[in-house]
Amino acid sequence: MELDRGPAPAASTEPVLEVVDLVTEIRSVRGPIRPVNRVSLRVGRGQAVGLVGESGSGKSMTAFSIMRLFPTPAARVVEGRVLLQGRDLTELPESELRRVRGNHVGMVFQDPSAYLNPVITVGAQIAEQLLAHNWPGDVEQRIAELLTQVGLRPEVAKRYPHELSGGMRQRVSIASAIACDPPLVLADEPTTALDVTVQAQILELLAQLQRKQGMGLLLITHDFGIVAELCDYVYIMYAGEVIEEGPVDDVFEQPRHPYTQGLLQGVLSVTRRDRVRVTVPGSVPDLANPPSGCRFHPRCPRAMPQCRTAPPPRVTAGNGRTACWLYESDQGIGQQRPGGSHDRTNDGSAAS
Amino acid sequence: MSAGNAGGGTALWQYVVMRLLQALPLLLGIVVINYLLISLAPGDPVTALVGDYPAPPEYIEQVRADFGLDRPLWEQIALYVLNVFRGNLGFSFANRVPVLELVLERLGRTLLLMLITIATATIVGITLGTLAARRPRSLLDTASTGIALAGYSIPEFWLGQLLILIFAVGLRWLPAGGYRDVRLELSGLDLWLNMLKHMLLPMFALSFRYMAITTRLTRASVLEIMNSEFILAARARGVSERRVFWSHALRAAALPIVTIVGYNFSFIMAGSALVETVFGWPGVGRLMYDSIFYRDYPVLLGILLLVSITVVIVNLLTDIAYAFLDPRVRY
Amino acid sequence: MARQSLAARAAQSHPHLLQVFWYRYRRNRLGVFGLAIVVLLLLMGVLAPWLAPHDPYATSRDRFLPPLSPGHLLGTDHLGRDVLSGIIWGSRVSLLVGFLAAATAMVIGIAVGAISGYYGGAVDAVLMRITELFQVIPRFVLALLVVAFFGSGLGKLILVIGVLSWPQIARLVRGQYLSHKALPYVDGARVLGMGSGRIMFSEILPNVTAPIIVTASLDIAQAILLEASLGFFGLGDPNVPSWGGMLNNAQDYLRLAWWMSVFPGAAIALAVLGFNLVGDAVNEATNPRLREG
Repeated sequence: MELDRGPAPAASTEPVLEVVDLVTEIRSVRGPIRPVNRVSLRVGRGQAVGLVGESGSGKSMTAFSIMRLFPTPAARVVEGRVLLQGRDLTELPESELRRVRGNHVGMVFQDPSAYLNPVITVGAQIAEQLLAHNWPGDVEQRIAELLTQVGLRPEVAKRYPHELSGGMRQRVSIASAIACDPPLVLADEPTTALDVTVQAQILELLAQLQRKQGMGLLLITHDFGIVAELCDYVYIMYAGEVIEEGPVDDVFEQPRHPYTQGLLQGVLSVTRRDRVRVTVPGSVPDLANPPSGCRFHPRCPRAMPQCRTAPPPRVTAGNGRTACWLYESDQGIGQQRPGGSHDRTNDGSAAS
Repeated sequence: MSAGNAGGGTALWQYVVMRLLQALPLLLGIVVINYLLISLAPGDPVTALVGDYPAPPEYIEQVRADFGLDRPLWEQIALYVLNVFRGNLGFSFANRVPVLELVLERLGRTLLLMLITIATATIVGITLGTLAARRPRSLLDTASTGIALAGYSIPEFWLGQLLILIFAVGLRWLPAGGYRDVRLELSGLDLWLNMLKHMLLPMFALSFRYMAITTRLTRASVLEIMNSEFILAARARGVSERRVFWSHALRAAALPIVTIVGYNFSFIMAGSALVETVFGWPGVGRLMYDSIFYRDYPVLLGILLLVSITVVIVNLLTDIAYAFLDPRVRY
Repeated sequence: MARQSLAARAAQSHPHLLQVFWYRYRRNRLGVFGLAIVVLLLLMGVLAPWLAPHDPYATSRDRFLPPLSPGHLLGTDHLGRDVLSGIIWGSRVSLLVGFLAAATAMVIGIAVGAISGYYGGAVDAVLMRITELFQVIPRFVLALLVVAFFGSGLGKLILVIGVLSWPQIARLVRGQYLSHKALPYVDGARVLGMGSGRIMFSEILPNVTAPIIVTASLDIAQAILLEASLGFFGLGDPNVPSWGGMLNNAQDYLRLAWWMSVFPGAAIALAVLGFNLVGDAVNEATNPRLREG
C-alpha cells in the first residue's frame, strides 16, 4: 500500500479508477429502481474528470456506489466492477472497504454543515480519520499541515463546525478528503451550498491541490461551467446512464447527444452568468418506470421511431463516445468494451 | 469566539448566570401562586396557614400578625414572599415540627428514591432504545415498542400494587413496603442492603414509565442521527462502525435524552408521591397523603413550594448540562 | 406513464379529506385497536345503567367474594359491592373528566398559543413566561392542594385538571402559528382586511387542527391518569364510583383481595392505552414526515 501513496506522475496511462458496467439498485415501495444503470467510467492518475447531470440523474449515486456507501440501506450495488488501482472494490468485504474509504479515496460532500458532526471539533474529526488508517506520522502535526494546505490557520482544529463559515467548513472537508494522501478524491457538488464568491475560491483550491498532489479527481456537478474550468474529461449522465463522454474541449465544441447539446445551449446562451440552469424542457423521468428504448426520447427534440423501442448503441464519435441512434450509421462501432477504443483519449492530458 | 478555548469557557459561564437570572421570576411566580391559593381558599385564610389540626390560639394570632392578614393585599403578598424567603413556612401541629424541617427531611428520602430510579431507568432505557434502533423491526424492537406503550399507559400506583401482589404477597421475595426492617437491629452494610431490598419494588414501579419514555426517545433519536449526513461522512472517512456509533451517534443522540430528565422531573415527582403511598416509603409523597388526611395545609403548601423549587433547580441543571454537551448552545 | 401517475394522483386527492385520513388511519393496526378500546369504553359509559349487573353502591354481606363467584363476575370488595359494576360505572367519571378536562385545556391552550404566536413580541414573552411557570409547578401537587382546599366535586376536578394541563398545547399552537403567520394565505387574508381575531381563529386554526387533535387525544389520556391519581389519594368525587377510588380501597386489602386492585387498575391502563394509541395513529396518518419512515 505504501507504494500507492507517493505522488503520481501527472500524466500516466494507468487509470486510478475504472468503473465497469456498474448497476446500483434501490428497493422501493414501487419496486426496485436503478439510479445507476450500467455506468462505466475511468479516472486517470492525476486526471480531473467531470460527471455532469441534472439532479436525479444518478451522478451522486454513482459516487456512493464507488464507495459502496449509501444514504439509504435500501440501496446496493448489484452488478459491475469498481477497480481502484486495479483492485476490485466490489469484491472487498465491508471491513476491507473501510480501510479504503478516506484512505485511498477521499470524499467531499455537497453541504459541509450537514456532513460535519456538530458536537465534535473539526480537528478531532480529521484526527479520528488519520488514526483509523494508522497514519504513520504525528497526527497533530499532520492536521496542522492539512489545514495550512487548504488555506486555514492550524488553530481552526480546535473549533466546532458551527463556529466556522460555510467556505471554511468546506475547506475542512477538503482537508479531510486529502488527509491520507489518497490517489482519488470524489467531490459531490462541492460548491453548490456555498456563496458565489466562495465557490470560486473552493474550486481554485481543489484544482490547485489536485495538480500539486497529482491525485485523480472525480468532480460531480450539474454545472458545465465548473467542468470547463477544472476538468480534462467529462461524462454526461441522464436517468442513471452515461449518454456521452469525451475530452472537455471536444464535448464543448461539438456535443453529439441531443441532451448534451441542449445542456450546452443553456450554458452558452447564458455565458458569464453565475447560475447555469439546465434548459432542456421537461424533467428527469421516473426511474421506477423508465421510458422504453432511449430514456431521453420523451424529451428529445430529434427523437426517431427506433428511439422508442430499442436502447441506443454506444458509438465512438471523435475522441469521445455517445449513446444515441443519430450516430449509429456514421461510425458503426457499436457496443465495445468500455475503455476499449478511447484509451488514448482518456489518459489524462491534465499536464498539458 | 475570538479567544479560542478561554472564549468558550466564558460563554458557558455567562450562559449559566443568564439561566439563573431567568429562574428568579419563576421562583417568584411560584410563591405568588402559593399565596393566591391561601387567600382564595374558602373560609379564614389563617386556616390555610395553620391547618385544621388543633393549634393554640396565641399561635394563630401570631400567624395572623406575621402574615399581615388584616393589611391590604399587596402588603400581604410582600409579607408572604418575605416570610417564605426567611424560611418561615409555618409549624405542623400534626407532626409537631416546623414545616421546612419536616419537608426537607422527607424530600431527601424522596430524592434518594427518585435519583436511583432515574439512574436505573436512564441506563436501561438508553440501552433498550439503542438496541432497538440498531435493528429496527426486530423482535427486540417490537418488544421495546410494547414496553413503551405499557409504560405510557400503566399508572405507577397500580403497577406498585401489582408488584406487591406478585413479589410480596405471592412469591414472598421482597417486603411489601416500608423504609427498612424496624425490628432488626441493623447497621452499616446490612442496613444499606436492607434499605435496598425495600427500595427495589418502589424503584421498579416508579421507573417503568420513565424507562419507557427514555427508550422511545433514544430509539427515535439514534435512528435519526444514524441516518444523518455526518454519519455518512464519518463512514466515508473510513471511521470504524463501532466508533461511528459510540463517538458520533451516541454523543449527538444523548442531547435530547438529557432534556427529558429535566422535562419529566415533575412527573416523576408526582409518580413518586403515588408510589410512596403504595409502599409506605416515608418521603414527601407519603407526607402529602397523611397531610391531606389531617388537613395539615401548611405542610401541603410547603411541599408545593419546595417541590416546585426542586423542579426549577433540576431544569436549570439540565439546561447547563445540555449547554456543556452541545457546543452550539452558547451566548 | 408520467401522465398516468398524474391522473392517479389526481384521483387520490379527489376523495374527501376525511376519507383519505381514514384510509391511512386504518392501515395502522395498533391505532384501530386503540379506537376499538375507546369506542367500547364510550359504549360502556353510556350504557352503564343497563350493563351493570348491580348497583355499584349496594353493599352486602358477601364481602371479599373472589372473581367468578355466582352473580359477581369480578368479585366483591370489602363492603360486599360488585367490582364489575363499579368498573362499569367508573368509566363514566374517567371519560367525563378525560374529555371535559382536555377540552378545557384545549380552549385555554389554543387561545394562549394563538395569541402568543400570532402577535409575538412582548405579549409572547409574557405569555410564555406564564406557560413556563405552569410547566414547572408539579401538576399533581397543585391539583391535590386545590382539591384539598376547594373540595372535590366532579366539576371542580375537571376544572382543576383542565386548567393545569394547557401549557403543552399552548406551546404547540404557538409554534404552529409562528410558522403559519408568515405564509402567503395569511398575508392574503390581511390584505383582504380581515381582523386579527378572524385570521387567528377562522383562517389559521383550521390549518393546524391535525397536531391539535393528536395532543388532545394524548391529553385525554393524561387527564384520565391524573383523575385516577387524585382518586387514589382519596380526593376523587365521593358521590360517584371511580377507578382511582377503587384502587384506594384496594390498597388496604391487597393481601385479602387481589381482584380489588387488578381489575380497576387494568381498566385505567386500557383506557389510557386506547387514547394514547389513537393519538399516535392520528399523528402518523396526518404527519407526512412520519409516514415516510
